[in-house]
Amino acid sequence: MDLVAAIGLQLAYVIANLALISLGLAIIFGMMRVINLAHGEFLMLGGYTVVVSTNAGVNIWVAMLILAPLVVGIIGVIVERLLIRWLYGRMVDTLLATWGLSLLLVGLVTSIFGASTGTTVAPPLGAIKIGTYSASGYELFLILITVLLLFLVWLTLRFTKLGLLARGTMQNAEMAASLGVSTSRIYMITFGLGAAVSGLAGGLLAPMTGVLPTIGATYIAKAFITVISGGSAILAGTAAGSVLLGGLNGIFSFVAGSTFGEIALLIAAIVLLRLMPRGITGRFFRKSL
Amino acid sequence: MNNGILRNMRPTFFYAFLGLVFMFAAPNVLQLFTIINLTTAIALAVLALSLALIWGYGGILCFGQVAFFGLGAYAYTIAAINFGDTTPAILVAVMITAAFAAALGYFIFFGRVSDVYLGVITLTVTLIFFSLIRRTSGPEYKIGKALLGGFNGVSSPPLNLPWDRSSFLFPEHVFYVAMAALILCYLFVGWLVHTRFGRVCVAIRENELRAELLGYDSRLYKLGIFTIGAGIAAIGGVLFCNGVGRITPDVFSLYNAALTIIWVIVGGRGTLIGPVGATFALFYLTSALGGQSLLNNNLVLGVILIVFVLLVPKGVAPTVTDWVMARRKKAPKRVRRRARPQTERME
Amino acid sequence: MTRQRGDVVVETRGLCMHFGGVRAVDQVDFTLFDRELRCLIGPNGAGKSTFFKCLTGQLTPTAGEVLIRGQDMTGAEPFEVASLGVGIKTQVPNVFDGLTVDENLWVSARRWHDDRRARALVSETIERLRLGDIRKMQLGRLAHGQRQWVELGMVVVAEPWLVLLDEPAAGMTHEETFRTAELIEEINKTSALIVVEHDMQFIRLISRKVTLFHEGGILMEDTMDAISADKRAREVYLGHRA
Repeated sequence: MDLVAAIGLQLAYVIANLALISLGLAIIFGMMRVINLAHGEFLMLGGYTVVVSTNAGVNIWVAMLILAPLVVGIIGVIVERLLIRWLYGRMVDTLLATWGLSLLLVGLVTSIFGASTGTTVAPPLGAIKIGTYSASGYELFLILITVLLLFLVWLTLRFTKLGLLARGTMQNAEMAASLGVSTSRIYMITFGLGAAVSGLAGGLLAPMTGVLPTIGATYIAKAFITVISGGSAILAGTAAGSVLLGGLNGIFSFVAGSTFGEIALLIAAIVLLRLMPRGITGRFFRKSL
Repeated sequence: MNNGILRNMRPTFFYAFLGLVFMFAAPNVLQLFTIINLTTAIALAVLALSLALIWGYGGILCFGQVAFFGLGAYAYTIAAINFGDTTPAILVAVMITAAFAAALGYFIFFGRVSDVYLGVITLTVTLIFFSLIRRTSGPEYKIGKALLGGFNGVSSPPLNLPWDRSSFLFPEHVFYVAMAALILCYLFVGWLVHTRFGRVCVAIRENELRAELLGYDSRLYKLGIFTIGAGIAAIGGVLFCNGVGRITPDVFSLYNAALTIIWVIVGGRGTLIGPVGATFALFYLTSALGGQSLLNNNLVLGVILIVFVLLVPKGVAPTVTDWVMARRKKAPKRVRRRARPQTERME
Repeated sequence: MTRQRGDVVVETRGLCMHFGGVRAVDQVDFTLFDRELRCLIGPNGAGKSTFFKCLTGQLTPTAGEVLIRGQDMTGAEPFEVASLGVGIKTQVPNVFDGLTVDENLWVSARRWHDDRRARALVSETIERLRLGDIRKMQLGRLAHGQRQWVELGMVVVAEPWLVLLDEPAAGMTHEETFRTAELIEEINKTSALIVVEHDMQFIRLISRKVTLFHEGGILMEDTMDAISADKRAREVYLGHRA
């Protein structure tokens, strides 16, 4: 029984982890049809914000929950104004430009902090006991905060004026513009929000993974697979993609080792794509957010 | 019909001839160290050529061309260690890579995945190769006699003569092999884009629905050009691990994937010589930058990519062609004699 | 293969295309005989373009069957329909923008013939459609009417036995429209045609038998004169248009 609970918790963590690293990408993709190849670097910047500010004496919770999203969100807005807005409607060029941005950010951070960082931060929560098994309290916290974050995004989209405007712009940008909605501002805010969520995720994961300028590359593969498999619905897509792929990854990792878990994840995603080219939410739950 | 193709290939022959001159002149002029370095650049140029075909002519936005390159290099190394002979290993490398590309391409093209997704998926495949092979450092990860070696990689057996497996080629000879391979690949691709197959691929790039409405199964053509491109990338990979002497998972890194894209963007889509030239130019730029620590390579390449996407989206070669064409129109008599077609665009 | 005037070349049985709750095409039974020239008309949203897309494989029907020369082509891919020897022109000009007029036609002809024959056919078609002045120009640089005209050339050059045209005269000048009508008459000497059209003038130029679509179904099939005289037809269409 304890074993089942421990495995269940582990599985839930794998799923939550996927959702957490994908959500920022999903927000930007779902709302703006922009695939942000610098997504991994936004996560990386979130991690660096936490490490640098805790080293400077800031409380780790403040650093993770407030500073990381704030700093990366501001960077996101700047990026949108300087780069992305010139390329709306040109998906391939946007993709390439954000790739350039990704390299640029890796280069900048390497120049400033060096190719590796000596200092890291420890997870601020200790282990907890499930019968004879012990589980990481911080992992449990991450599962809870991922659920909370998804709920918050849902509330924002569903009930705020910003959410309504964003959904309208998403459906039909021209119509929204002709009704007096400033689509340019909506896009700017959306991109900033997506970046902030990515920064938050990167900050939260920093104690688990440490920080490196190139750490973005380890996130983006999984984030892309999750978002593409999920489809364009931000929340339903992220959730469905994470549960399916994270579940498979977790189960295969448990049975055959983590390498096979990764292979299973990839194969599942590619087969899924053949069956549902527009992702899970392209076929099911079409009207969802 | 063949005469028509040969006539259209005139610029291709011209550049191939320049390559041949370089091939025989370089070892007499340059130092051995430079020649060995050049071998690596040539291998990368073959990779650039394969992406120029797939993306520039096939319109397939493949962000993971480097996956085929690396797969070819790994397949060659593992096969050569097991066979004790490199000639069949080259064949195995090309075939395994092409088969892998065909399988991946089946899911992508028959799922009718759009181009942006395609880029992301191929990139993802590359990154997963990267993380998978990095984990194979234990002794249990071996294929036949070859240990995969994790992030340290595997050292690649040098090429031997096809008829004598005990006589290995020296680095200066590998340079000749690499240059000859580049010229042959260039001629092959230059020919391919002028055949019916190549021209239909270009038509599909221009308008897939129209090509289908004319009765062409675009999925098959895309799968075909994708597989051929992967095979050429594998040849590049074989040359690469010969030039460097070993192959490591770093070949699959995000940085290398980006580099491949940058060569084609800078050189120009829809040309072959552009990306090949851009590869050599950027190879020397990054080597030069490697000697100092002020400007990071990532930083410089990121800026180059952004600048080209925003300001020179067509790339260098087509921009130069357009400029020459414009001047030709303005001053017909004076310039016409000197101006030569700069690119391999369809006549 | 021998073809006779009385053979059925296109047939749909109970064809339906529903988008969510919208029945764009509903239970359409349609028959076209060889060497027939048929116009599909109807007000906006009557379902004629959706019907056309079901025939050409651009849409997969929700229910019903499409038979082309007796073969079941329901839900076939566009290239499978075209591979039967069917020439198709879509509503928006669908051409290869980066290629020249010559190359556009060549790609079409080369589907069926070797290079030598394809080139001969291209030259022939260029002369026939009077495209000689622009044959080396890229399609992206041509005017709308010229692009439409080149697309017609791409259809003609492949020598199809069945031609499906969606609004061939849209955006053309008066003179171009007139020439298009002539061309259609000429194609009709050897091929069967289905033409979806809005332009009443144009239909009067070419039509023999007209199928009138209304609310996803066929309201009536008759000559243009008979349709013009019909009260129901005038109400749904001509009444607030002509």
